[in-house]
Amino acid sequence: MSDTKRLVDLFTEKAKLVSAFVEQVKSMDEAYAYTLDVCDKKDACQLLMSGCESELSKSADALCDTKPAKIIAAPGLDAAASAALGGLCLERGVHFITQDMRKHLGGIDIGFTKAQAGIAETGTLVLNSKSEELRLATMICEVHVCVVRAADIRETSYDMEPVLRAMSKDAPAYVAFVTGASRTADIERVLAIGVHGPLELHILILED
Amino acid sequence: MQTARDLKEYKGELKSALNNEFLREAMDKFAVAYRASREKAFAGMDLETLVREVAQGKDQAMARMDELFAQFKKNAEALGVTVHLAKTAREANEIIGQIAQKAGVKRLVKSKSMTAEETHLNHHLEALDMQVTETDLGEWIIQLRHEGPTHMVMPAIHLSRYQVADLFSDVTGAKQDSDIQKLVKVARRELRAKYVEADMGISGGNFAIAETGTLAICTNEGNARLVTTLPRVHVALVGLDKLTPTITDALRVIKLLPRNATGQAITSYVSWISGPGECQASENGKKEMHVVFLDNGRSALAKDPLFSQVLRCVRCGACANVCPVYRLVGGHQLGHIYIGAIGLILTYFYHGREKAKNLVQNCINCGACKANCIAGIDLPRLIKEVFARIQDEEGHPLQSALLAQVLKSRKLFHTLLRTAKSVQRPVTGGTPYLRHLPMIFAKDQGFRALPAIAEVPFRDRFAAIKPKVASPKLRVALFSGCVQDFVYPEQAEAAIKILAKHNVAVEFPMDQSCCGLPVQMMGERESSRSVAAQNVAAFEPAGCDYILTLCASCASHLKHAYPEILGKDPKLAVKVQQFADRVIDFSSFVHDVLGVTPAEFAADGKKTTYHSPCHLCRGMGVTKAPRELIGVGGMEYLASEEEDVCCGFGGTYSMKFPELSAELLKKKLANAEKTGAELLVTDCPGCIMQLRGGLESRGSALQVRHLAEALAARMK
Repeated sequence: MSDTKRLVDLFTEKAKLVSAFVEQVKSMDEAYAYTLDVCDKKDACQLLMSGCESELSKSADALCDTKPAKIIAAPGLDAAASAALGGLCLERGVHFITQDMRKHLGGIDIGFTKAQAGIAETGTLVLNSKSEELRLATMICEVHVCVVRAADIRETSYDMEPVLRAMSKDAPAYVAFVTGASRTADIERVLAIGVHGPLELHILILED
Repeated sequence: MQTARDLKEYKGELKSALNNEFLREAMDKFAVAYRASREKAFAGMDLETLVREVAQGKDQAMARMDELFAQFKKNAEALGVTVHLAKTAREANEIIGQIAQKAGVKRLVKSKSMTAEETHLNHHLEALDMQVTETDLGEWIIQLRHEGPTHMVMPAIHLSRYQVADLFSDVTGAKQDSDIQKLVKVARRELRAKYVEADMGISGGNFAIAETGTLAICTNEGNARLVTTLPRVHVALVGLDKLTPTITDALRVIKLLPRNATGQAITSYVSWISGPGECQASENGKKEMHVVFLDNGRSALAKDPLFSQVLRCVRCGACANVCPVYRLVGGHQLGHIYIGAIGLILTYFYHGREKAKNLVQNCINCGACKANCIAGIDLPRLIKEVFARIQDEEGHPLQSALLAQVLKSRKLFHTLLRTAKSVQRPVTGGTPYLRHLPMIFAKDQGFRALPAIAEVPFRDRFAAIKPKVASPKLRVALFSGCVQDFVYPEQAEAAIKILAKHNVAVEFPMDQSCCGLPVQMMGERESSRSVAAQNVAAFEPAGCDYILTLCASCASHLKHAYPEILGKDPKLAVKVQQFADRVIDFSSFVHDVLGVTPAEFAADGKKTTYHSPCHLCRGMGVTKAPRELIGVGGMEYLASEEEDVCCGFGGTYSMKFPELSAELLKKKLANAEKTGAELLVTDCPGCIMQLRGGLESRGSALQVRHLAEALAARMK
């Protein structure tokens, strides 16, 4: 077994342990198509999952009204990638945004990002989150879809250290290790996914 | 939070906690589930080495605290962070209050920070007319209830979903379902609105990395990412103990911290923030960022030869998770702000004697916290030391001072025991138990029958049974401990029988006395030191191969505590080390040194279960030998649940906190009985006193024997 294959397998196993969805894709186009499929399959009223169905206080309830239609946010993509994913969204009637996340704090459907690296031993994505838009997109979305290249997966966090150090020195810097979806067990130690951030994390491993 | 004014009030609180059924059930489930998930999380890892590395790394960092602070400050300020140093909790609050006022802040969101709990930051900001919202779900819940945390990682673990539903109904003004998933979503929505309104975010920090000026934060909920992103000002409040030299040092701790906290390989998010980045909520498009370091005694602690190790703590909460007392009474009774074993110590330093004085007495000294600490902090020892200091500061209670005086003179102590024997008949009724104790001694002791003093102590029997060995293969000096000398001499006799058969010469130095653990537990350092020195003098360590003891508590005290107690005395340092190096427990001696075989025993296949004494399995690290000896001796070993959880004895602990001792014993005996065994063996006379006493008062048929007795009885 090649080293990359071994690391991809280990990464997949560990990420699934924390309820991430992991798929392998052969191209970015395949990743975009996957993203739109996930978006389509999401409930029509996306906010159902997020608490808008509950009886809320007035200020919290008001936030639920700020969301017009299904939204995919993908800040941080280059122009070509942005055009490709944006085009697909247009075809499928999904609103596509790359900025102004602060206008959508009530929530968006999908945040689409590309990770710089992955850590196999814990199924962790390493995401350069210097951009405020990107950071917000990965937090206010209900589903986070993240692409990581197979070749960028390292075995341990120690192997990732040079990458982390380099990113941190490119200051001001904000690097995120993301492992699974946002979770809590603060009420009776019962696991609940999606307390503040995404309810689902989809990881697409891009083969070389 | 500690509000009890004295031990009596504190005990009253313990009692009501014991009666809280929801808490008891929740804590029980948690204790069992945690143990399993921790084991799974560390499977295949060399934990011992990793713990040593974390401890060393933290120690080295704390020794360079000033230098690391200067380095962090320089690097972070170069990135545009303002770095502050607060000497006291009040100063930290004032600094943060001023930052907020200067920035015209009205509303704040906060992600979890134990340091901000330590300084009571929210109260300070609220007094300045600011609105602070905790965004960590558990912290938000306890904030709304105006309570302190009951766990460092799961602050609302003491509450049920129904209580949370009622609370959320009040907050939203709408009736909420008790479905946990729904409650979490309500919090998501309500808190999202708070982030949107906030002008300032306050976070804690797990690491302040000096080499890059980076603040690293671990969270599962992701709230710290929103807190540090949405508002235009970010203030991090961290203790000086969070200073970390390099990214490598942080990664090393991250490998262990989430595993030990919740059994997770890593938290959902680790954010590495180096300098203030862009922020669209700010007029100039840039975040305003401050890091406030809190000293509050930490820089002095770093220089303390004994207590500097508390700064290794990474706040994983494991010392609470595995504490049998925490399991019974929960965090409000076992901490002030910081919870669990580390909380008992930190409370004294960060919140003062008044808050700590009752708490520190509530450690049963089972060592579970130390065994599970990923920073290798010697928690039980430090708790005892805090207790001793408080007694030195406030004066020693009469009872404790008396015992200390008595123990210092072996002759007086033994004379008292002999006198007790001669006058005990009215209370024993001729049985081996103290049946009719006057109320003053028997208060709340009904859960167990206390043993009588033996007719003839072991020291008076020894001359007659001393093995006559012409050319011994080993020379052993026996340390009986008080209980085997004066209560259960038959246990030591049984051991002699086995040793004699194996051609081992045995000496019993007559000047030996109590090992000193009881006075050490009571905070009587001077007496503890005095008896330790007497015992080292009584045994001429160079003259024997081993110092054997059948008492697990004595063994771990002699082996590990003696060098700590006496090692700094130049006159005793060599002797005490020689002494400690020779100390061995019964099971290890018989199993590993003598290497007894099944052929020596008449097997009867008796169904036998085992209690693993705290001071043997954790104190001495002995787990295999005794269990294997049960089989070697021809008995059938039936494993019981939670074999290595404390039986509730804890020496003087069971006299001070009988209700808690009784509960621990009840659980222990129920587990033993559930195996269907007829015999319960263990290798500590203190545990035997507790177990046998408990079974006697329940009228159970299950027999309790020291492993030495069980083996000697089956020897061919």
